[in-house]
Amino acid sequence: MPEQTVDLSVSLAGVALKNPVVVASGTFGFGREYSQFYDLSALGGICVKGLTLHPRAGNPPPRIAETPRGILNSVGLQNPGVEAFVAEELPFLRQYDVKVIANISGNTPEEYGIMCETLAAAGVDMIEVNISCPNVKAGGMAYGTKPELAAEVTETAKRHAGDVPVMVKLSPNVTDITEIARAVAGAGADALSLINTIRGMRIDVKTHRPVLHMNTGGLSGPAVLPVAVRMVWEVANAVDLPILGMGGVSCGEDAAQLMLAGASAVAVGTAIFADVYAPLHVRDQLRDLAAAQGLTAVSQFTGAVRAW
Amino acid sequence: MPKQQTCTILSKVWLNQDTVYLSLLAGDMVRTTFRGPGQFLHIKCGDGLMLRRPISVSTCSTDGSEDQISVVFEIRGQGTAWLAERNKGESLDVLGLLGNGYPIAPESRCLLVGGGIGVPPLLGCAQYTQGRSSAILGFRSSDKGILQDRFRKSCASVQLATDDGSLGYHGFVDAVLQNTLERDDAYDAVLACGPRPMLKNVAAVSRQFGIPCWVSMEERMGCGVGACLVCACGMKDGRMAHVCKDGPVFNAQEVDWNA
Repeated sequence: MPEQTVDLSVSLAGVALKNPVVVASGTFGFGREYSQFYDLSALGGICVKGLTLHPRAGNPPPRIAETPRGILNSVGLQNPGVEAFVAEELPFLRQYDVKVIANISGNTPEEYGIMCETLAAAGVDMIEVNISCPNVKAGGMAYGTKPELAAEVTETAKRHAGDVPVMVKLSPNVTDITEIARAVAGAGADALSLINTIRGMRIDVKTHRPVLHMNTGGLSGPAVLPVAVRMVWEVANAVDLPILGMGGVSCGEDAAQLMLAGASAVAVGTAIFADVYAPLHVRDQLRDLAAAQGLTAVSQFTGAVRAW
Repeated sequence: MPKQQTCTILSKVWLNQDTVYLSLLAGDMVRTTFRGPGQFLHIKCGDGLMLRRPISVSTCSTDGSEDQISVVFEIRGQGTAWLAERNKGESLDVLGLLGNGYPIAPESRCLLVGGGIGVPPLLGCAQYTQGRSSAILGFRSSDKGILQDRFRKSCASVQLATDDGSLGYHGFVDAVLQNTLERDDAYDAVLACGPRPMLKNVAAVSRQFGIPCWVSMEERMGCGVGACLVCACGMKDGRMAHVCKDGPVFNAQEVDWNA
């Protein structure tokens, strides 16, 4: 029997990804470090380290703590600023055949607007609007937890992004994520990405001190996968927008769960710290899983959950 | 550029009740990624833990058909406890060689100042400088002492200090450093590795004598290659450097010791 070929390509709000595996913002820098290990063109897309209008030094260390099947981080959006990204990092990424998704965070809707204009002019493939970073005091998560603020940021971003699709990254730190998803969809978002990290805390019982200098941080890794699957499923049922699913993906079956729940593509993040090749393994395992199930395209997983 | 590869454990020795020496067979890792003594390995410690553990290279060699790397670590938590249970012949998933290493030449005459589990990486510096360097090694007590004989073979002189006076000088290594430099300060550099308060004091003494001082910093680490930005080290100019990529070795005068 001839080997079944599986079409890996997917579309995310009109952006054609050669495969559905993207790397998650904050875990992959601007790609330089991992380009030492493999050709970045092997990835479907790269969500770059979160950008702000001006450079940010981030939070004092410790910024990371290990937890059962997960990690907490509180980097605090350390980044060189959007202009340095455009001048120094984007040209590097453009050497590769990979979709570049610029992740942005602002303190005000105006800041989101300025960044969208800069990035659209620079020609990124997509803008991921972070309204959900748990690690900064101003803005950040506040936008992600109030529907009217989330809508305002989305509208502003859309108005300034030109033809570049705007994907809004949702926070799981809410009572009802569909409420935010509906508000953002109503404001014109082209796609949604979820989930960002879940707020958590770890305390060193010897010193009675939190391990993170900022006391709390964002939880990621396999521990959050079931939360991500549930939220992707809820959002997919609530709005008619393509979804980039993420949260604890470390193998093909994890990715398939998010896609079955409704995601068009998936992002791999924390798993890269244990295995730099994790995104490529997820891609191959997803392809093999699709082949084993007789599918002709991985996109056939999307939304195919047979819910009870 | 660094590699992620499987390394076989060639030998394992318990140096004291909570410190383990492992020698690893490392393919061509040293030949292809060595930048100087003081680099580190990021070792996966079982499937249950999400983060690798950064462990400084003690010594490495390219003499055999396969490169060899030795590491020494102290059991501090779950990851290092797992690693301490590995035995000769078992394989480890290793990312390396990472970081920059000490910027020294084989002809350098250095003063090596180590504290506790900061001592092992300086053995690589001693070997690299071919017996020209001298060492000041500090431990909490005599039963915590490690690698003294190896240092004696590779150094012009070795001085010991313990916090409780049970071995060598009764006190901290920065006091021994001060005495040593008062007698002879014709060193190219002071290379230090150990707890942060020790590094801060060693940096101050070196500065007083006008000798360049390089320190190996430690911070909780994520990716190990410079992408995730968690292992931040505040610098005097306000910059946030990262231990894994910009370090682990820093010019002591550039570190913000009050951060």
